[in-house]
Amino acid sequence: MARPARTAPLVAALLLALLGSVLCGTGLGAAGVGWAEVVHHLTAGLTGGTITSDEVSAYTIVWELRFPRALLAAVVGAGLSAVGVAVQALVRNALADPFVLGISSGAAVGANAVLLFGALGGLGVWALSVSAFGSALLAMTLVYAAARTAQGLTPLRLVLTGTAMYYGFSAISTLMVFTADRGEAARSAMMWLLGSLSGAGWGSLPIAVVAVAAALVHLRLSAGRLNALAMGDETAATLGVDAGRLRRELFVVAAAVTGAVVAVSGAIGFVGLMVPHVTRMLTGADHRRVLAVAPLVGAVLLVWVDLVSRVLLAPVELPVGVVTAVIGVPCFVLLMRRRGYTFGGGA
Amino acid sequence: MRLDITGLSVEVAGTRLVHDITLRAASGRVVGLVGPNGSGKSTLLRCVYRALPPAAGAVRLDGADLHAMDARAGARLLAALPQESGTEFDFTVAEVVAMGRLPHQRGTGRPSAADTAVCARALARVGAAHLAGRGFPGLSGGEKQRVLIARALAQEPRVLVLDEPTNHLDIAQQLAVLALVRDGDAAGARPTVLTALHDLNLAARYCDELHVLSRGRIAAAGPPYDVLTPELLAEVFGVRAHRVRHPESGAVQLLFDRLPPASS
Repeated sequence: MARPARTAPLVAALLLALLGSVLCGTGLGAAGVGWAEVVHHLTAGLTGGTITSDEVSAYTIVWELRFPRALLAAVVGAGLSAVGVAVQALVRNALADPFVLGISSGAAVGANAVLLFGALGGLGVWALSVSAFGSALLAMTLVYAAARTAQGLTPLRLVLTGTAMYYGFSAISTLMVFTADRGEAARSAMMWLLGSLSGAGWGSLPIAVVAVAAALVHLRLSAGRLNALAMGDETAATLGVDAGRLRRELFVVAAAVTGAVVAVSGAIGFVGLMVPHVTRMLTGADHRRVLAVAPLVGAVLLVWVDLVSRVLLAPVELPVGVVTAVIGVPCFVLLMRRRGYTFGGGA
Repeated sequence: MRLDITGLSVEVAGTRLVHDITLRAASGRVVGLVGPNGSGKSTLLRCVYRALPPAAGAVRLDGADLHAMDARAGARLLAALPQESGTEFDFTVAEVVAMGRLPHQRGTGRPSAADTAVCARALARVGAAHLAGRGFPGLSGGEKQRVLIARALAQEPRVLVLDEPTNHLDIAQQLAVLALVRDGDAAGARPTVLTALHDLNLAARYCDELHVLSRGRIAAAGPPYDVLTPELLAEVFGVRAHRVRHPESGAVQLLFDRLPPASS
């Protein structure tokens, strides 16, 4: 099948699209703020300019709420997509996504403890992120310990263990929701489980940015090794790639990014499953190209999905996971049926 | 480059499948490994190309312990055609062959012009240049096999390990692949080859030396004519064999019959 010979133009186009998307994400919303005002406040925020006192509410909406939220959506989308690529290579399975390792449902237990029972109250606004991230790491350790054998981490055991843990953690979460007799808190917990960027602010950016950026660099540098791993463990060995060590690296990267992202955005499903496949349809299976393109596709997608989730039924916000599923499922099924798709578009 | 296997034992999931193998392949020689199914050929080779660790003994390249070597450095010296050939990932043929350059690359691994040229030559040598743009998973078994051999050649190895390289190939392709392994590149340079082969006639024709494996041990070793005796073939393979000389090349060829039940 025909494939673009060069990735650079695609990457450039996606970068432009991302810039435009973040602008739209900042400019559009339930409260009408004119474009001139949006640009004015963005400039003020970026350059440290001054604003008058009657502009404060618009400035707050643009600079304190929408802009960091659009940025966070981009970072979360990029992180989930890159991790989706990594996990699919890690378990050599097209159906894998960042959540198949059981880490997000582990994070949900930590989040619920805060949302429903006020755990870690001393940490204030940080309680939710810290608790979610901490329990994600705990879940990762459990999955790793349970899946590990003398032969190392084998794909099938990892998927089975992760899936089993997923159900276990989900059961704990459900139990927590049932036993907490606070209706509004249960709603927050549900919202978090389906993913939401409504808590985004400048404070939620640093950890997510650092985790996602570090993962992107590491994965991009490992692209050649990921190709070898995708061909099979024995092939990897003949090419000088230690499949066991690479799997451990990928597992830790995937778990850390999933934990960091889920801690600030909840469990946004489907992005990590869908974006890697959509990307492979554009670029083919070579991880050098997939890892350059997939994070940008994911970033653009999530900025728009978040925008839709907050304007569609404004002032009510929809969970992001609901919107990704509503948009994603039919698109994905159609694409798959049309291409006879396996793992990259041809075959 | 000389390949020395000394006292090598290999275990899979706690069971010792290969016992105390000692085998030498002198530089540039083609050494064949034959034996019935389950005799340990693939297990031995998997250890030689480092998919399995040795339980005892060592594999040495010009005296240097392969399993103690840095993995990438080892992969620049020794390439292999493993038996696994399936992947769900839709790599193109060119991408699969390009993976052979991985041990030679640094950083993000952007292929250099030299890398691309090496890959193109490797594909041409296996007669698969026309497949470069095709998706690998959609190829026939024989096409896949040739592409995977091209990937091993693209590694520019000094030692080449092949596990049943003629699997899935028709007879003309079998002869072509073994001839290309024997004859080396355009300059006549060829790596030392250790290959498992099912077909004893092909093994006799293309190998300088044969090692017969039976139940994880070497039952016989030497030049094909000395090794493939009717007695050994009856004992190890359970067949009755006639030895004849090829009318043109003089290579030993075998004609097989079932052993009569009474004699076993």
